Amino acid sequence: MLRASVPGTYGNARVPFVAGAVGSNVRRKDGDAKVTGAAKYIDDLTFPGMIYGATVRSTIPRGRLTGRQISLSPDFIVADYRDIPGPNFVALIDPDQPCLAVDQVRHVAEPILLIGHADKHALIDIDKRITFDYEKQAPNYDPEMPANICFKQISIDKGKLALGFQVADLVIEGEYRTAHQEQLYIETNGVIAVPGDGEMTVYGSLQCPYYVHKALVVLLKLSPDRVRVVQTETGGGFGGKEEYPSMLACHAAILALKANRPVKMIYDRVEDLLATTKRHPSIVRHRTGVTNDGRITAMDVNVVMDGGAYATLSAVVLSRGVIHAAGPYRCDHIRIRGRAMMTNTPPNGAFRGFGAPQTQFAIEAHIDRIAEQLSIDPVRLREINALKPGDTTATGQKLGKDASALPVLRAAVKRSQFNKKRKQLAGTNRGIGLSLFLHGSGFTGGGEIKLASKASLELTARGARILVASTEIGQGTRTMHAQIVADALGVPYDAIDVNEADTRFVPDSGPTVASRTCMIVGKLLERCAREMRTRLGKMTPAQYYKAHGSFTVTQEYEPPPGLLWNDETYAGDAYGSYAWGCNVVELEVDPVTFEVTPINVVAVAEIGKAIHPMMAIGQIEGGTAQGIGYALTEEVVMKDGRMANAQLTNYIIPTPQDAAPMDVELLESPYKHGPFGAKGVGEMPIDGPAPAVINALRHCGFDIRAIPATPEKLMAAAEGRRLKAEG
Amino acid sequence: MRITINGKTRTIKTHPMKRLLDVIREDCGLTGTKEGCGEGECGACTVLIDGVPVDSCIVPVAHAEGRKVVTIEGASATKLGRALQDAFVVHGGAQCGICTPGMILAATPLKKGDSLDDIKFALAGNLCRCTGYPAIFRSVKTALKGKRAGRR
Amino acid sequence: MPAVVSTLALERPRSLKAALALLASEPALTPIAGCTDVYVGLHFGTMRERRFIDLWNLKELRGISVDRDVLRIGALSTYTEIIASKLVQKRVPMLIAAAREVGGAQIQNRGTLGGNVANASPAGDTLPVLAAANARIVLRSQAGTRTVPFDGFYTGYRASVRRPGELIVAIEIPRIDGRQWWRKVGTRRAQAISKIMMAAVRGPEVRIAIGSVGPTVILAKSAAAVLARGGSIVDAQAALLNEITPIDDVRSTREYRAKVAANLLESFWTAK
Repeated sequence: MLRASVPGTYGNARVPFVAGAVGSNVRRKDGDAKVTGAAKYIDDLTFPGMIYGATVRSTIPRGRLTGRQISLSPDFIVADYRDIPGPNFVALIDPDQPCLAVDQVRHVAEPILLIGHADKHALIDIDKRITFDYEKQAPNYDPEMPANICFKQISIDKGKLALGFQVADLVIEGEYRTAHQEQLYIETNGVIAVPGDGEMTVYGSLQCPYYVHKALVVLLKLSPDRVRVVQTETGGGFGGKEEYPSMLACHAAILALKANRPVKMIYDRVEDLLATTKRHPSIVRHRTGVTNDGRITAMDVNVVMDGGAYATLSAVVLSRGVIHAAGPYRCDHIRIRGRAMMTNTPPNGAFRGFGAPQTQFAIEAHIDRIAEQLSIDPVRLREINALKPGDTTATGQKLGKDASALPVLRAAVKRSQFNKKRKQLAGTNRGIGLSLFLHGSGFTGGGEIKLASKASLELTARGARILVASTEIGQGTRTMHAQIVADALGVPYDAIDVNEADTRFVPDSGPTVASRTCMIVGKLLERCAREMRTRLGKMTPAQYYKAHGSFTVTQEYEPPPGLLWNDETYAGDAYGSYAWGCNVVELEVDPVTFEVTPINVVAVAEIGKAIHPMMAIGQIEGGTAQGIGYALTEEVVMKDGRMANAQLTNYIIPTPQDAAPMDVELLESPYKHGPFGAKGVGEMPIDGPAPAVINALRHCGFDIRAIPATPEKLMAAAEGRRLKAEG
Repeated sequence: MRITINGKTRTIKTHPMKRLLDVIREDCGLTGTKEGCGEGECGACTVLIDGVPVDSCIVPVAHAEGRKVVTIEGASATKLGRALQDAFVVHGGAQCGICTPGMILAATPLKKGDSLDDIKFALAGNLCRCTGYPAIFRSVKTALKGKRAGRR
Repeated sequence: MPAVVSTLALERPRSLKAALALLASEPALTPIAGCTDVYVGLHFGTMRERRFIDLWNLKELRGISVDRDVLRIGALSTYTEIIASKLVQKRVPMLIAAAREVGGAQIQNRGTLGGNVANASPAGDTLPVLAAANARIVLRSQAGTRTVPFDGFYTGYRASVRRPGELIVAIEIPRIDGRQWWRKVGTRRAQAISKIMMAAVRGPEVRIAIGSVGPTVILAKSAAAVLARGGSIVDAQAALLNEITPIDDVRSTREYRAKVAANLLESFWTAK
């Protein structure tokens, strides 16, 4: 096990003295600015001559645009698709999403016009002064409609499914559904576009400066060195600011070009809820063969994801979803089929977990039903089938020593007194349920190779400055990266600075997503620091800087040796490493109102190495709370393709009074190629709570297979149970 | 109208129905107070008026006339304010930081010895999406320990 | 962002007398106090009014006192003041319970009882309490004062017997004989608009009032009558369901509200 606090040979560099930042709860780099109000978020910034922008959007889910009536005085600037210098799409994966609609709309809230004005109050209710003529077309909201556009199809095959079913004693089927979920960052989306002479700079609340950079380069037809993107302090992202800011940045840039002035566009909460991406709803069907003594012999899984109107990231969400669809279980014969489909609703996109919460909800809810049908204890069933080091996953990846399904399961069962409570609570209005899950860190398969991420480290007079495109969005990027560099370089944590994520100065380290910021980019920084240490020899940074001045080292991603992935057959090593988790949820159902109160949530997470234990726990607690919301209260009510509850009072996330008491345990089983052994931690915590909740509800008598499990759904389930009992 | 903000009395000429939030951020240039929803739901805009936490996005500036307003920029003026600020940094109460100014001010009426239920009651109008709340409760508890016991 | 502020006008009378005079001359002025709903309405465009009269600083509308066994709560009493009032704690604990569940601390520090009554939302948190408590609304205009029973104060959706030029100055609650009961069922434990809520008194008289299941708060007289004469809970529930008109909306369903109403009734009647 790697221990950073011990001086000695460290990779190829000798660390002369102890820094001791990694593994300790150093003071956050961004903390003091945030608690004093000094931290500047996008709406806190102004630029000379700045004007404001607003978006006018489609009010129908599908149709042709045949005309428009605009009654605005000349002090308003109006921009449409014709004002776009380059091709009219937001560059991401597929070039299918227009930046501004031309003659066709595919979803409610699709952007059509952009309006600019010097007085932001003049833009209030601007959409009331503009009308569009539409030729309405029949919208489709059913992702399973065969005539729909399929954004992506993926097949995973292992062994021979028929053989697996041949040796099964029992076949159990089930269908599980998850719905939209809104990221609900407390700071809404916002950007400021500042035009220059043949240049454009965009400041914004965002996770991926280089995604925005790429979209602007394409849309504005500018060369890369003429576009600059700067991330401002960002009030939460959770994936909701992974790809969406590219759209908003393009909009502001179009107006900025037309007005030749800086343009600020900040969404208010209603617009953000209506128009920006949400988690993909899913339908997952399982057909599983098991022996009477609880061994899984065959898994047949079908996954349908609702992508909304345009592809955005659906292909990748589906990818992660199907790869995680078999859960943390060993099985020789697996068939997984997934498709991401179009519907006439606002496009869905990235949200923490990115497909894995959906498919792991299904497998973990399904496993408990299997346990019930076999009359085998749910812990025992998982112990029998959980993946162990040396086992192969659904894609045929052989797991390393660090695979920790059983350790996390056992730790959670012990900590929660699961077995005792399972008996004690039987027949009461309380239930206890568990879920076991994994989460691959980094981009899937060859993704990290394609990204070819870079990190740089610049020598300063007192230490070093980190130059990466990774963004701080609350999870602790700046702090964690500084800890890694401090220890690998052998200097105090306070001697390390972190540059703003500004594309003018930082290399493309890839996006801040996929739980890769520590494991992948942190590793690049570790290598930078070691290279710098080698060059410094026995000198301190200050000595070297005084004698020779500064220098910068840059490292580029190198895949771990032996990692093989085949994108055609979807087989091989899907991820460098996996983190492992287990949740136990104890809850109570109020028999009068069917409201569910979480009594206690145990979360055990094995994450390789906790660089900053407090921040790692923060990720686990925060992700767990979002998972509980996903399970119980967070409902996006869609009516005619539009979110009907688009006010913060009507989209229900937990308040402090609803906070679930949590008990978190961190385990560390180092990953050889992660910085100081670290894997990823940001997303995994949201994979487990929903199925653990559903399994706890099952324990106290509710058979629910779709989330959110609202009181209304529980009441219907109870009614169904009562009617069934009465015959 | 004359309003005292963070101990300094200012003369503000503006429409009496302008949101106190906008007066603070625009007329006074104090951007520490945030807008998260504009509907009095998230608490990110919380300020103190005569020591009492309110959602400044739903308060007309007229109601602050002649009163003492404290924003996050003025939180360090009290011992508890400083203790809360430090605790939120050290104990994980602040992650992305957008809810933090409102959360800290909402906690200022609390007293040493207050229970977890009292803390939850004081913060019930402040939404956080990053922490799930346990770290916020730990931060507030730590800060309250330092304060001398006060009368309610 | 709120309605464009320059289109709004605010009168700021210095006394109740001045306020009533203003209202007499311009009855269409919309009184505002804590503004916890006014600004939400302006923000979402549901508030059409543009001319307002500010009551917030009128001391005559504040204060909680008891006179001849009648509790008098000034219209401008905030939820925080109500919660802290020993008089209310002793005499109307169900009002304390309701006040504690309004929004969060920031809303409780600004929202007023008079505002809750005047706003007349079908989901007003204190309204079932006032109905079950047999409260009275004290109205004053330049012409004089009159007191009307809360039962019958509302004539329909957001409509009341308050005349133009009248202000709610106080709410009176006579001594309550019996055990008080309150439950709000919201979308979550704080900052929640209710799906349904019930306030009830069990004493020599049985009074049951429910909110969020009709265009205005409903005093369930038939259900109460069944229970008062010793009828079964099942019969009372059936009577109750005939008195309420729950709907489907973005927060809940007609079916859920109806079932929970029946459950709340049973909860109330079987409470120890």
